[in-house]
Amino acid sequence: MLEDLFSMVKVRFNGDKTDDDTKKTDIPKGLLFKCPRCRNVTFSDEFNKNGKVCPVCNYHSRLSARERLDITVDKGSFREFDRYMISGNPIGFPDYEQKQIAMREKTGLKDAVLTGRAKIYNKDTVIIVMDSNFMMASMGSVVGEKITRAFEYATAHKLPVIAFTASGGARMQEGIVSLMQMAKTSGAVARHNEAGQLYIAVMTDPTTGGVTASFASLGDIIIAEPKVLIGFAGRRVIEGTINQKLPDDFQSAEFMLENGFVDMIVERKRMRRVLSHILRMHNYTGEVAAK
Amino acid sequence: MSELTASQRLDIIRHKGRPTVNDYIPRIFDRFMEMHGDRLFGDDGAIMGGIAYFKGTPVTVIAQVKGRDLAENQRCNFGMPHPEGYRKALRLAKQAEKFHRPVICLVDTAGAFCGVDAEKRGQGEAIAKNLMELMTLKTPIISIVLGEGGSGGALALAVCDELAMLENAIYSVISPRGFASILWKDPSREREACDIMKITAKDLTRLGVCDAIIPEAPGGAHNDPNVTANNISDYISKALERKLKKGLDELVNERYNKFRIVGEFKEPPRSSITG
Repeated sequence: MLEDLFSMVKVRFNGDKTDDDTKKTDIPKGLLFKCPRCRNVTFSDEFNKNGKVCPVCNYHSRLSARERLDITVDKGSFREFDRYMISGNPIGFPDYEQKQIAMREKTGLKDAVLTGRAKIYNKDTVIIVMDSNFMMASMGSVVGEKITRAFEYATAHKLPVIAFTASGGARMQEGIVSLMQMAKTSGAVARHNEAGQLYIAVMTDPTTGGVTASFASLGDIIIAEPKVLIGFAGRRVIEGTINQKLPDDFQSAEFMLENGFVDMIVERKRMRRVLSHILRMHNYTGEVAAK
Repeated sequence: MSELTASQRLDIIRHKGRPTVNDYIPRIFDRFMEMHGDRLFGDDGAIMGGIAYFKGTPVTVIAQVKGRDLAENQRCNFGMPHPEGYRKALRLAKQAEKFHRPVICLVDTAGAFCGVDAEKRGQGEAIAKNLMELMTLKTPIISIVLGEGGSGGALALAVCDELAMLENAIYSVISPRGFASILWKDPSREREACDIMKITAKDLTRLGVCDAIIPEAPGGAHNDPNVTANNISDYISKALERKLKKGLDELVNERYNKFRIVGEFKEPPRSSITG
């Protein structure tokens, strides 16, 4: 699952690897965006102004959790839960601590998910945002625990949950403990569900593996961003099984819509309004619970 | 026997004479009646389910089927279920809940099948739904890993009140081969992966995932399926006795907590959680 994600959708433009013989122009790093879907190259300015959406094919590329919160919730309304939680090393995996330290320094995150309480057009909600910059947002102890607590909080306070999912799947370095997070988070969704509260899953790039096979697929309403990757098994694994190349749109948001696993595809620029409408349709009209 | 490494145990569970559910079901249960289909798409040969008597008590049995020759394996897809298999399992579990029958799950799979049709029919959704529904199912669920418990494909039948493993069984987040291929891009380092992944019954007992280890016949279950079947049967009797005397709310709460507590993390003494 993880293996091909890393190689497949990695945005890379090596402007500084110019070969003198070919007389290529030296392009400064970060000036251009090469879309991993349509492979067209556009100026980064244009791409960024477009909300990190490919202006050619409408692929909605990855956002950091902070960027996502900025465009989704009311300014200043996010109150983070469990912000200091960091992972242990449950199976004593070699170098896992060092890897985490390096990732924390690189991303400024403690692990691959932010959870908290926020408002969208003044309506209270619990929000979960995964960040693929941190170990491909694989689900280990911290991701599992924080998501479980977020659902438990929402159940106790009669709040909806909105989860922006993105993940390469289970966190291999945590072995079986990582697998158990699938059951744990799904259990927390079950209780929130039994309490009659709304859960909206928004699948973003990439939603795969153990996250697809647990809480991401359990939303009352499942939204996807255009052109993102959604699936269970890794593409290369399947190609290996059937011995042929898969079409480009296999495991895309559109593929999931066509096969009945996504309610709707919503563009980034409309997401905040759509979420707000859905909350209101479920009678979440304003301040819900005591703070 | 008890000090074998994970990769030595891998050899035992891959022994071609390793008993499968087709050997165990007739030895453990009486009058097993197989029930077919998920009522949505089709009938999956990789998951077999039905009703049987266990020492006189009706139970629902849900089992992952591995074949022992090519013909059998074609029928059961080498023990790798499609979404319709998980949906059949859920249908039968719900039926068990309605008629107050305990559910006995026999887990033996390298993982859920990875293929185009499995994706089209929502392999991820099928597994997710099982995790959620089994977590709140109001009847006892006992799961036993017989050989390989691979990934979400095994977990979909292992959200339970008690998880037992045969002595040589392994249960892992991904097959050792897949693990080696992801982390080192080299599937041939499977055995090395095996030994660092912590996947034996003993490892999983330490990690709080496995609740009981069922002894196999000396040298491995293939040496005497009867002995192993008897041991499984003894375990099921005791486990059911423990679970059947609990109220359903207590049972479901304890099941939630069994999974709720798994995880290793650190945070400052006063958590910043709001509310």
